[in-house]
Amino acid sequence: MVAVLATARTFTLDGISARPVRVEVDVHRGLPSFALVGLADTAVREARERVRAALANCGFEFPLRRIVANLAPASLRKVGPGMDLAIATALLTASGQLSWEAMSRLAMVGELALDGSIRPVSGVLAIAEAARELGADAVVVPAENGPEAAMAGGIEVIALESLEQLLPLAAGEWAPERPEPLPLLLSPNGYGPDLADLRGQRHLRYALEVAAAGGHSLMMIGPPGAGKSLAASRMPSILPPLAPEEALEVARIASACGWLKDPPVGGRPFRAPHHTISPAGLVGGGNPPEAGEATLAHRGVLFLDELCEFRRDTLEAMRAPLETGSVAIARAGAWRQLPCRFMLVAAANPCPCGRGEGDAECSCAPIAVQRYQGRLSGALADRIDILAAIRQPSAREIAGEPGESSADVRERVTVARHRQERRLGSGRCNAEMTPAEARECVLSDEAAALLAEAYSRRRLSGRAHDRVLRLAQTVADLAGIETIGREQMAQALQLRRRDQ
Amino acid sequence: MSAAPSACPDCLRRSWLLSHLAPYIEKIATGAPGSRSPELLRLSGEDLAEVAAPKVAKQILARIAAIPERRLFDDLRAAQCWACCRHDPLYPTGLRDAADAPWALIGRGDPALLGELEPEAVVTVVGARRASSYGREIARELGRELAATGIVVVSGLAFGIDGCAHRGALDAGLTVAVLGGGADTPYPAAHRSLWRRICESGLVLSEQPPGAIAWRWSFPARNRIMAALAGMTVVVEAAERSGSLITADLAADLGRDLGAVPGPVSSRASAGPNNLLAGGACLVRDAQDVLDAMLGPGAQRVEKAGMPLDPELLEILEAVERGEDTCDAIAIALDLSGADAASALSRLEMLGYVSCSMVGVYSRTLLQPPR
Repeated sequence: MVAVLATARTFTLDGISARPVRVEVDVHRGLPSFALVGLADTAVREARERVRAALANCGFEFPLRRIVANLAPASLRKVGPGMDLAIATALLTASGQLSWEAMSRLAMVGELALDGSIRPVSGVLAIAEAARELGADAVVVPAENGPEAAMAGGIEVIALESLEQLLPLAAGEWAPERPEPLPLLLSPNGYGPDLADLRGQRHLRYALEVAAAGGHSLMMIGPPGAGKSLAASRMPSILPPLAPEEALEVARIASACGWLKDPPVGGRPFRAPHHTISPAGLVGGGNPPEAGEATLAHRGVLFLDELCEFRRDTLEAMRAPLETGSVAIARAGAWRQLPCRFMLVAAANPCPCGRGEGDAECSCAPIAVQRYQGRLSGALADRIDILAAIRQPSAREIAGEPGESSADVRERVTVARHRQERRLGSGRCNAEMTPAEARECVLSDEAAALLAEAYSRRRLSGRAHDRVLRLAQTVADLAGIETIGREQMAQALQLRRRDQ
Repeated sequence: MSAAPSACPDCLRRSWLLSHLAPYIEKIATGAPGSRSPELLRLSGEDLAEVAAPKVAKQILARIAAIPERRLFDDLRAAQCWACCRHDPLYPTGLRDAADAPWALIGRGDPALLGELEPEAVVTVVGARRASSYGREIARELGRELAATGIVVVSGLAFGIDGCAHRGALDAGLTVAVLGGGADTPYPAAHRSLWRRICESGLVLSEQPPGAIAWRWSFPARNRIMAALAGMTVVVEAAERSGSLITADLAADLGRDLGAVPGPVSSRASAGPNNLLAGGACLVRDAQDVLDAMLGPGAQRVEKAGMPLDPELLEILEAVERGEDTCDAIAIALDLSGADAASALSRLEMLGYVSCSMVGVYSRTLLQPPR
């Protein structure tokens, strides 16, 4: 047998997007060996052993010849086990054991088990979309990833369970069932946490509603156990439903992280990283660059519990992403831009012991309290609009009636968001108003007088002035009022975060 | 320009001697938590050196005597400070009564303001570093109102009550900070910006030369200066063994008025002033009480009635007075919606009836609604 060359198309995941890779396998005479070249990471290089075992266990022959597998382009770093299937298929073709005419018009991904079954990989949604963009007829994916790949639409999806199925598939004797795409749920499916669980806490409920309605970032300050985390985890359920293209963005990120669940939870993501997280963990990083919590919270809520306990450099790293809605990660040989338009919800204790200075039990030294609260006024806190001070709910409230449900609140929030979109353009909310747009808010004379008075009493800084305008606009949108009145302005002034 | 303050080299050398002896004094004075330092300072230079550092007394005295006169004044100039000794007519009269008064005051700020330091126009406000929001609010209001009526507010630049009294006074008039270390070295360092503001519009005084650091004994020592400068000393909040009570004792020893702001019986932070009140100190509820005690009843009035309030705002104000201190607590207590409570509190804050802390806790100010 002469030396034969075969090629297959596959993809490698780069951050959250897929990059095309061409697998070239050359089999010719010589001492038996299997070389894998083309800037592959450890998981890819180990493909040699998986492919060897899978072929043998599926009744194929592993050619005892000199085999060279090249992953092109050689300059692109390849990661993950998703190229196993393409390497095996190309090897079978090159060694004459498989003849598949359609192969040049296909893309394939999948990890091989030693028995030849095909294991799921992450990022299949992005890969299927990339294959469609490249003009491939179909994409071959692991059976478990089938519904995920089908979400891409516009491309045939072939979901395989095992390497053995290649022969009947290539011969045209058998074809797998076409997988049903995962539904794209724009709002939560109703089984998630509900705001009704938050009992009492009227002001907190109100602050949550305003924050959701205008996309404003929110900070909750109160003793442990008062319901801060509970409230934060309910935030996604009162945010307006996702637009279809937004839902696809969220699904793509979840898919790249291998989390797209069946059945999907739906709605907006909620991420609550622990405060020991590193800057790279929060905004993304590493080499090759990977997505951080900020990106995973894209279009959803990023909850930072115990804000004062986070490392300062971690919080500083969030400044630019918060401003621009995307994070740019530059590493040697790699530059990525990842989306991260999230809503920031933070929680903190009033002092290191958590009881707050009004409490007789609090024994925090004043300098410790000052240092602790100093962290609340850093550069990140500057980007927080709303402050909600909360107290331990009373026993009567805890035992009382459940609060209003998420669905009811979401309805009001959605109406308020529609008003904002009509004014600012699609997909935008009050929190994103530029200073020029904020000045265009229509104020009644009384509201303007109240704002001017707050400003002249030096209880407001210049930056806080615009922040209050944005908040007042949201309060007015919630109330369904065109002109910001005295009442709305007063509420906005109360809700605003205080800076010392 | 009014007369510049002056100091004779001998008086200045006393300050330099103190800073050289500081570590030795620390050793002998800290046995009984610092309280002995004001008594020690009555001693002459030679005796003090003998007592504090018997082994090296001669060397230290010789070294101080050898400092050239020009160096003393160069050091002061370099630190943008001036000095005023007890032989200068500008030396505050209040200090002349005290046996242990500093020989020279080293200061920063406009020296012409020294002329304002007549005891009958000076009130010292002291209190705990670890103060509650009640204490801080009272200190700020007291500082502001006293300064507004032309009283000079003296305090010690410390955290808590001191800082709040200074800040309140800065908003309305003149304030003086007395430091334990050099006048050019703000202590605590976190109060650097406050120190700078006081340097610009008020006075910062110390008996230590520029660059001297604060020792434990220097705080009771500076307390004696604060007590002697003022016609009345007001303790806002102090725990039972607080340094502020040393100031109160020193003021009482000098025969000056002593006032205390009452607090809850259950609060540790108010134990000091409550005890002082039980011992006959003058009850201070607001600046008017201070003025009445110093100048006689009704001699000068503090204007502090605010804007008239609607009945519903009055109801909320009363709730804050009862101790409902967050928006949520008010909403529940008065059965209001979160939005209504927020709007009402915000209007009260704008009118100056309540103030809101960084962590969203409301407290009542001294402003009274008109009846």
